Amino acid sequence: MGSLGDVQAQAMAFAEPLPLKSGAQLAGYTLVYETYGRLNADKSNAVLVCHALNASHHVAGTYAGEPRSEGWWDNLVGPGKPLDTDRFFVIGVNNPGSCFGSTGPMHVNPATGRIWGADFPVVTVEDWVDAQARLLDRLGIAQLAAVLGGSLGGMQALSWSLRHPERLRLCIAVATAPNLSAQNIAFNEVARRAIVTDPEFHGGHFYAHGVVPKRGLRVARMIGHITYLSDDAMEMKFGRSLRAAELGYSTQEIEFEIESYLRHQGDKFSEYFDANTYLLITRALDYFDPAREHGGDLTRAFAGAKCRFQLVSFTTDWRFSPARSREIVKALLDNRHRVSYAEIAAPHGHDAFLLDDARYHGVLRACFDNLAKEVGA
Amino acid sequence: MSERKDLEIIASLVPEGSRVLDLGCGNGELLAYLQAQRGCTGYGIEIADDNVLACAQRGVDVIQLNLEEGLAIFEDRSFDVVLQLETLQHLRNTEKMLRETARVGRIGIVSFPNFAHWPNRVRVASGRMPVTKALPYEWYDTPNIRVGTYADFEVLARKDGLRILDSFGIQNGEAVRAWPNLLASVAVFKFERG
Repeated sequence: MGSLGDVQAQAMAFAEPLPLKSGAQLAGYTLVYETYGRLNADKSNAVLVCHALNASHHVAGTYAGEPRSEGWWDNLVGPGKPLDTDRFFVIGVNNPGSCFGSTGPMHVNPATGRIWGADFPVVTVEDWVDAQARLLDRLGIAQLAAVLGGSLGGMQALSWSLRHPERLRLCIAVATAPNLSAQNIAFNEVARRAIVTDPEFHGGHFYAHGVVPKRGLRVARMIGHITYLSDDAMEMKFGRSLRAAELGYSTQEIEFEIESYLRHQGDKFSEYFDANTYLLITRALDYFDPAREHGGDLTRAFAGAKCRFQLVSFTTDWRFSPARSREIVKALLDNRHRVSYAEIAAPHGHDAFLLDDARYHGVLRACFDNLAKEVGA
Repeated sequence: MSERKDLEIIASLVPEGSRVLDLGCGNGELLAYLQAQRGCTGYGIEIADDNVLACAQRGVDVIQLNLEEGLAIFEDRSFDVVLQLETLQHLRNTEKMLRETARVGRIGIVSFPNFAHWPNRVRVASGRMPVTKALPYEWYDTPNIRVGTYADFEVLARKDGLRILDSFGIQNGEAVRAWPNLLASVAVFKFERG
């Protein structure tokens, strides 16, 4: 198994406005994307990888001259890896509203000549899927071999099966849910309030003030990070370990290793992530609910799907628990769709979907091996 | 269901083109056979990671679930056939699973080791628990927490209102229709809800 080596991002501009679920539209936008491997002659070997909250189009490989620049799913995607770039043409797209190159709130609104900021239109999972579909149109790909995503990326994969049922053979949705629970929305809301109430947020127009609401972003990331780990994983990694040999009897200094870790994660995140993007993406998570248009009936929501499905969950993931994946499995079974489901007993919580677990990667490798035979890749 | 002939005998009970649910499907061998040879569709249910992987490698649709938690995920009569082969003896809620099998499928097919097979009777008569090809474990490490006989199952089926459509034993890859409770190491029942 090798690495892809150095890869390069590409950009594609779209002049035609993108109609959004909200009724608004996104005029004149650019999507940044990466591709790995080669598209075969009949264009049947393309796999779209959808990113989650804080990731991007940079799925695998490295950037020249940048140490530790491996893509976020580099352990899964590459030559000889479960999603084998020697056989498949893999596409990663940065979603509009994100902050890694595609049109987002830090860019200039062509209608006003000012930075979008808080005025960037609210985007949904469905809008992202439609934007991705347009990019595939331009690449001449009529049907994907598969769409793959974890967490929020899994929601996009599910949405693909509903919005463009003829355009994929296989939907692989990992550590995801048919909608967010009240508890999940609650975590998102705490994160959003941390950002919005940061004095340097300036109603979302902080760019003009030359500041970044870093305090809010740090707290948002800290709370997010807690929910991505299992209680056991945190206990194993940090326990009650102290920074110093003795207690410092301070209420504000770091005493415990877990505090240090969370603060470090928060600091790192606040250096590169955009505050408005965080609000937009957590909202997209909140809004995702394909059953809503079908009276809350998930079975009816999936009636029109045509592809087969592979679902994966992790037993210690309490943010997107196995029970939520089973709801999707049931809806698919009710519709007599082809579905497989693996429930992996991994200790890491939600983060497990990004980690290299032999059982998890074994199932995905088997999926892609069978798919490769099917499309002659 | 490791023996190929046993597998073929069971498969012959499944009508062509059936939608099949295989509870405790193992490595997916039977489902793959039913799909390839009898035009069936369906899913396997498995709890063991290595079996889930083996099914995925074969291209058999498999759902990783603990059968002890029941079949709530499946609607009434949503399958033509529900198979429960060499699985019943591993479950705590044997009777509940049998009822669930009859609820979810139009037809149920179960197989399990027949404890009344004559070598077992001889062994027990000699004062020891049997260790045979069909029951290969010592009493202290057996995963078979429910051991019953061909005749016992007939009683349970009657109690639970199941109508037996066909039943026989399997011994050395052959169906045994005369004295199966005595002469067969494996019991097979095909039934529907009465």
